[in-house]
Amino acid sequence: MTEPILEAKGLVKRYGRVTALAGADLDLLPGEILAVIGDNGAGKSSLIKALCGAVVPDEGEIRLDGRPMSFATPVDAREAGIETVHQSLAVAPSLDIAANLYLGRELRRKGVLGSVFRMLDRTGMREEAKRQLDALGIMTIQNPGQAVETLSGGQRQAVAVARAAAFGSRVVIMDEPTAALGVRESRAVLDLILQVRDRGLPVILISHNMPHVFEVADRVHIQRLGRRRAVVDPKSISMSDAVAIMTGAMEPPE
Amino acid sequence: MGPAELLGLSAVTALDEHQSRSPLSRLQHLLHSQATIGPAVVLLIAVVVFALLSERFLQPANISLVLQQVAVVGTLAVGQTIVILTAGIDLSCGAIMVLTSIVMAKVAAETGLPGLPALLLGFLVGTVCGLLNGVLVTRLKLPPFIVTLGTLNVFFALNLWYSGSATIRGGDMPKLLLWTGETFTIAGTRVTYGSIMMVLLVAAAAFVLKNTSWGRHVYATGDDPEASRLSGIRTARVLLSVYATAGAVYALAAWILIGRIASASPQAGQFENLDSITAVVIGGTSLFGGRGAIVGSLIGALIVGVFRNGLALAGVDVLWQTFAVGVLIIAAVSIDQWIRKVKP
Repeated sequence: MTEPILEAKGLVKRYGRVTALAGADLDLLPGEILAVIGDNGAGKSSLIKALCGAVVPDEGEIRLDGRPMSFATPVDAREAGIETVHQSLAVAPSLDIAANLYLGRELRRKGVLGSVFRMLDRTGMREEAKRQLDALGIMTIQNPGQAVETLSGGQRQAVAVARAAAFGSRVVIMDEPTAALGVRESRAVLDLILQVRDRGLPVILISHNMPHVFEVADRVHIQRLGRRRAVVDPKSISMSDAVAIMTGAMEPPE
Repeated sequence: MGPAELLGLSAVTALDEHQSRSPLSRLQHLLHSQATIGPAVVLLIAVVVFALLSERFLQPANISLVLQQVAVVGTLAVGQTIVILTAGIDLSCGAIMVLTSIVMAKVAAETGLPGLPALLLGFLVGTVCGLLNGVLVTRLKLPPFIVTLGTLNVFFALNLWYSGSATIRGGDMPKLLLWTGETFTIAGTRVTYGSIMMVLLVAAAAFVLKNTSWGRHVYATGDDPEASRLSGIRTARVLLSVYATAGAVYALAAWILIGRIASASPQAGQFENLDSITAVVIGGTSLFGGRGAIVGSLIGALIVGVFRNGLALAGVDVLWQTFAVGVLIIAAVSIDQWIRKVKP
């Protein structure tokens, strides 16, 4: 069996008297799309937040390529090569596409202009943004200088995915990427997710949408009551059985 | 239907969309991308109208007067703009300026401290006051309106206490503190060094906001703090630096104020906080953060200055000058709300 790229063991996270994670595990294998499903309150969000550094788990460990990691902030996780597309997208609407792609890691001009005057390399960032959008087949955004708030929901999602794909060197995590989208836009975002995987980046996909999960996922992680209840193969289990395991109506198959 | 089609903003469709837009929608998009155009047009129209109403308006002496009147509030507006870009507000700017001017002048007058150290001390006081605002906003997580409403009173009281409510005369101060009020002549117009300092400050601040990571983080923090945090921006640190920088800018305003009134008065400029907010808002910067520009605020300050001056020259009663400024504020904020509703 191949070694997992990202591995979480026994994660515990409590908020006061509420236990969001009660010893949760997770394995992500190289080159796969792992879907994480679960009912509301099953601990999906807390699990993902722990993996991307947005919350620090009380107990448990996270390993990336077998090395133990401790993420105190989202920046730590990013520096380790884990990029996250948050449900809120985490884009600044009034900034343009290129600025958003490089938000928090702007490029500076070379030489004195950059080191002394701290000037941003605007042209460089725009060109690189365009290259990244092209690489994902989003070449029809003509102008990386366009403000994100003038884009449609699907286009904003594409910008967020492009950012994750451009900078993620190990893992991309996507939290409900199709939740706010129409049918056509969801379709396109699913294609983007497949493209990210085909470029060799493993993806963790959190979604409520069973048809989407069963269409793109290689394995499905079912989260229940703060723990991993089962990992199933979407090709060998029906959607209704997966939902039954998720809600506790059925025992997972051995 | 692939991602490429989804993001179908090909040159052709973009052009088509552009042509199918109504003139009003096109105006909305133009103002959306260039927020400073509106105020600039208003300023231009105001100058033309007032020049027609009074022949004295465009005379060098009058232009010089407007510039002097605008220098203090224009400088405050630079600090105010940076704060408002982060979706904050600084009601204490006038109080910080007055306190700083009193400290600089009184310490120098009483201890014989030379000009430069007195000035540096003033900058230190201004920065610390700003930093206090920043700490209260980021650590106690109080709304900036409340924090600066509180510190406005605190700083103003400290100012009255330290000054003993007494004005420090210009003659008792080192020359350097009064230097901002001295003039030189360009093209027949006498210009104070204070006005020039304000213009240079605006240029420097505009450069930093537009061309550095810090500037971009200021906009992003005001635009969407949570998104900024998730993108790895240390928003608390950005806010701290913003309030501290604003404090230093108010100290510069204090220096210009001393030059302008040739003394340091504990009662001078305490209402400049509202005037600076007026300049920022009229200049097209959004009170909701993330949108606007420093140059707009200078234009905003000039608009107010030109309105007051022009209406006075035209023989209009002072109360109507105030009335006009009020109408301008409402109009500017309404336009901002409209611009924000821009559709993709």
